[in-house]
Amino acid sequence: MLLFRRGPDWQRSYFRSPFFEEFNRMQRELDRLSDSFSRGVLREEFAGVFPLVNVMEDGERYFIRAELPGIKADEIDISVTSNSISISGERKIAIEGEGAKYHRRERESGKFSRVLTLPGQINTAKVEAKSIDGILNVVLPKADIGKPKQITVKAN
Amino acid sequence: MTDTETKALQVKEKAELAHPMEQTRPGLVFTPDVDIFETEKEMIILADMPGVKSDNLTIDLREAVLTLDGEVQAPESKGEVEIFREYRTGKYYRQFYLSEVIDQAKIEAEMKDGVLRLKLPKVEAAKPRKISVKAS
Repeated sequence: MLLFRRGPDWQRSYFRSPFFEEFNRMQRELDRLSDSFSRGVLREEFAGVFPLVNVMEDGERYFIRAELPGIKADEIDISVTSNSISISGERKIAIEGEGAKYHRRERESGKFSRVLTLPGQINTAKVEAKSIDGILNVVLPKADIGKPKQITVKAN
Repeated sequence: MTDTETKALQVKEKAELAHPMEQTRPGLVFTPDVDIFETEKEMIILADMPGVKSDNLTIDLREAVLTLDGEVQAPESKGEVEIFREYRTGKYYRQFYLSEVIDQAKIEAEMKDGVLRLKLPKVEAAKPRKISVKAS
């Protein structure tokens, strides 16, 4: 008769074993995915277009951010309409000298162009964009019709 | 130039560090994309680390292990509500074992537009010396 004796916290080590590590990782990924779906109101399908963007808002403005390392501010083209924004440009990677022998080459260069539809109307005249340390930050003030407006509730 | 059209830049998900050491503060850790090449005199590492300022970057070289550690501040302010998020923000961390012996005193680092350019001059003795083969 075979008797298995397990220590008091066998579950902890059992469920942390390499076999379960894959399941744990998948669980974390699923949690993260469901997180992002629950909060996004007008979430587009993952566009798969460079650059990846994050779109935020407060009462007055939309904020669009993208990571564009190695691209100077004056190399980014941004144009807006009353409800969309287009971000385009080119990432160039310098060609190094003749004697350079590469060990790794993971960075990519190329052109990019992406159009995003905004959830509401914006005031195109007041849009501001900054690129600092490779992070693009675009602030788009909402058009007055888009801003939340307080309505007083009358009693009679 | 053989091609007249520049190809379109493909989107890549940010690579999370596979086995991060536990940090005292919670947060994501990403591995930056790098280009590494060497010339006769030096090794050069170019790393994409957007959002890292030179003050928040730590470069450490000891016992032939080079560590790059760049802190990133979340750009969102308190009042902001998320509409959609395609990428996450976190620090950048990567380690390399250097096969070359480096002259530590002459290391140069420059951060520009979120790209680190790290110049690691090789120690004089490590430069390749041509050995002529005599025919007998």
